[in-house]
Amino acid sequence: MVSEQLVDLSRMQFAATALYHFLFVPLTIGMVWLLVIMESVYVMTGKPLYKDMTRFWGKLFGINFALGVTTGITLEFQFGTNWAYYSHYVGDIFGAPLAIEGLMAFFLESTMIGLFFFGWDRLSRRQHLMVTLLMAFGTNLSALWILIANGWMQNPVGAEFSHITMRMELTDFWAVVFNPDAQAKFVHTVSAGYVTGAMFVLSISSWYLLRRRDVEFAKRSFGIAAAFGFAAVCSVIVLGDESGYTVGEAQQTKLAAMEAMWETQPAPAAFNLIAIPNEAEMKNDFAIEIPWVMGLIGTRSLDKQIPGIKEIKAKNRARIVSGIEAVTVLDALRRDPADQAARGRFDAHQADLGFGLLLKKYVSHFDQLTPGIIDQAVNDTIPRVAPMFWSFRLMVALGLVMLLLFGLALWHSVKGDFADKPWLLRAALYALPMPWIACEVGWFVAEYGRQPWTIHGVLPTHLSVSTLSVDNLYGSLAGFVGFYTVLLVVEMYLMIKFARQGPGSLGTGRYANEAHA
Amino acid sequence: MLDYESLKLIWWLLVGVLLVGFAIMDGHDMGVGTLLPFVAKDDTERRVLINTVGPHWDGNQVWFITGGGALFAAWPLVYATAFSGFYWAMLAVLWALFFRPVGFDYRSKISHPVWRKTWDWGLFIGGAVPPLIFGVAFGNLFQGVPFSFDDHLVSTYSGSFWGLLNPFALLTGVVSTAMITFHGAIYLAHRTQGEIQWRALRAAGFFGGLLVLSFAGAGVWLWLGIPGYVIQSAVDGSALPDPLAKTVVRQAGAWFANYRHQPATVALPVLAFAGVIGAQVLARRGRTLAAFWASALAIAGVIGTAGAALFPFVMPSSLDPRASLTVWDSVSSQRTLGIMLWATLIFMPIIIFYTGWAYRVMGGKVTAAYVRENSHSAY
Repeated sequence: MVSEQLVDLSRMQFAATALYHFLFVPLTIGMVWLLVIMESVYVMTGKPLYKDMTRFWGKLFGINFALGVTTGITLEFQFGTNWAYYSHYVGDIFGAPLAIEGLMAFFLESTMIGLFFFGWDRLSRRQHLMVTLLMAFGTNLSALWILIANGWMQNPVGAEFSHITMRMELTDFWAVVFNPDAQAKFVHTVSAGYVTGAMFVLSISSWYLLRRRDVEFAKRSFGIAAAFGFAAVCSVIVLGDESGYTVGEAQQTKLAAMEAMWETQPAPAAFNLIAIPNEAEMKNDFAIEIPWVMGLIGTRSLDKQIPGIKEIKAKNRARIVSGIEAVTVLDALRRDPADQAARGRFDAHQADLGFGLLLKKYVSHFDQLTPGIIDQAVNDTIPRVAPMFWSFRLMVALGLVMLLLFGLALWHSVKGDFADKPWLLRAALYALPMPWIACEVGWFVAEYGRQPWTIHGVLPTHLSVSTLSVDNLYGSLAGFVGFYTVLLVVEMYLMIKFARQGPGSLGTGRYANEAHA
Repeated sequence: MLDYESLKLIWWLLVGVLLVGFAIMDGHDMGVGTLLPFVAKDDTERRVLINTVGPHWDGNQVWFITGGGALFAAWPLVYATAFSGFYWAMLAVLWALFFRPVGFDYRSKISHPVWRKTWDWGLFIGGAVPPLIFGVAFGNLFQGVPFSFDDHLVSTYSGSFWGLLNPFALLTGVVSTAMITFHGAIYLAHRTQGEIQWRALRAAGFFGGLLVLSFAGAGVWLWLGIPGYVIQSAVDGSALPDPLAKTVVRQAGAWFANYRHQPATVALPVLAFAGVIGAQVLARRGRTLAAFWASALAIAGVIGTAGAALFPFVMPSSLDPRASLTVWDSVSSQRTLGIMLWATLIFMPIIIFYTGWAYRVMGGKVTAAYVRENSHSAY
């Protein structure tokens, strides 16, 4: 059996490095479009102010991008280094979108970013704009393929298990690409990135306006960020990936956990605005309910039921019992692939193989199984409710606050009086961390909510790890924490230095705080 | 759709092509990183060196990332077993690579000498460590790697990081580092002029010589002292991949069997030597672009020599030889290999096209005057 400590440390390392990576990614995804907008205005009007905007915000974009690249490689390595069995078991499906991401998107993005920074004097205006646009396409396509891979972990379509190769194999590539889960995730995640990019520009511009410096530059930047941010925050809320939550079983479990829905209610279900979930007794000690709302959000209908936790657990118990048969017959088939009787029994239970594997957390041979162990495995199939419930609500609350802020910012930028509204500028400044917090808790909901699986219903997390020693994990975790702390300090130092200096850092002679050669 | 056996062979070639592509493209900027503290004498000269690859290192690095992705997609069992087995070696590569994006992008943003010096050495580490470790890894492949599978194909690696650093592997590490640094020096000769170009040519002379000697030395050592692996059971290239379904033995001289059976493959080591010598001669006659491509051919020759010797093995197991990973039994399904082939055939030409365009746009010699004129935007 795999040591629980090894599994926990491997998860911790992945979570830490992935959440860290996602400090940089959303800003890249969002800011790249703001650069496209600013540069388009420059090409259309020829006003140098817009070129300076593109170059200055581009400079901050570049500082952020460097760490996005640095920390992205970690994730590509880490499936192999720390999740070797996962890589073997689902590499046939999961590897392809990662490789295609490189071929179709990341090459484009990374080649164009070089020309974006160094090509100003060597390309015509239109050519340079095309470079920026291709960089933006590359960035967003990159997100698409990564989220196709991630969406497959939540809703593993288009694949089936082979007992000869002892892994999942691809049966329908397009089902993986057009996985509704992946598509919903893509729209939600890139929109969250657009909000992040807009907030970054809005906040820093507000700071210049509060200090009454580089006013014209800051006003134009604020206006673009307000409009773009408002559209993005509407998209992130309306196209929240709850729309995909009734599609797959993984998402139903997640939905029930983050809504603390213990019982299946008659449709349309009520929404728990606030609740105190009690895991032991499987009920809420206290709840403020809004009738109908959950059913409407979750199913977009008045008559479809949403299963509660108790119902999901009952179904999972049946699948675990069937899975025991699948695992037992699989061992017979591995010994003798020609055994036709075993083949027939395996085919009957194959769909529940993953549920049977859940028991491997507790016993290596199924003759040691007890009813208590099966109960434990059934309980494992639901992530802990309280962290899901509260992190989801934090994300939604932040989204609503940002909707209000961008709404006000847009309103006053249409009226043209935002520069004289210090309360608005201060609010925009202090709201800077909000999109990052929302992104991080959003990922927490998505990934913690998939536990105990790496691939929902197919491969349990505790079987996915590499057979490494716990000492290895302590060592590498310490290394990552050390490197990432230093990198973050360096990045924040540069980011703050150049944000403070402002467009003067371009050395054009048109702004406050001019840089000296 | 192509038959499974052909797809498996094509993917062996494609992984090779991606590895060679990585070594040519990311290799030249890693070579520049390795040479940075030695070829350049002051800060402006170092900025000249960095700016020869400034607009391109990021795109080049994607060869590495895509190579990793392709390995994951086409040879998942190799990706899983090698990356987890070589745990500390892979982390060392990864952590060395950390220095590159921040080194390139952050170095010139602050002019304090300590700051710049720190990132100079960061770029050196990011340039020198990955090729060294990849070379060491290749040396270990020839000797077999101590891993085994249980009957659910869970791999266990029973070696240590220090065990990887044996004398033969260190020699192949020298081959790889010399090759990449030589390539970087030739690239610098193409993109710089005057004093810096002269120093780059001297570095090319040194590392080219080192490459020829270490490459020949590794060949002799392999001939005399390192037994190869041979599949004894019948090979069915179209079978579903199961690495435990074969028998494998160690045999002296087996790494040269492919050269005996297919004498045409001897062209690969010949290409390696000819490429190095050709690049030297061309660079000294001022035909630096042709020299770059000659050096690229040398890289293809060196990597091809190793690949052809190992074929069909990718990662032999010294602990349980039958578990050795080969091009026949550690691959993805026929469908995935087919889709990935299409993706590669469609996108690789597009990538080569716009990469070529980017180099043309940014082409020409990088000079101290260029760095001074663009001190706010250049690296």
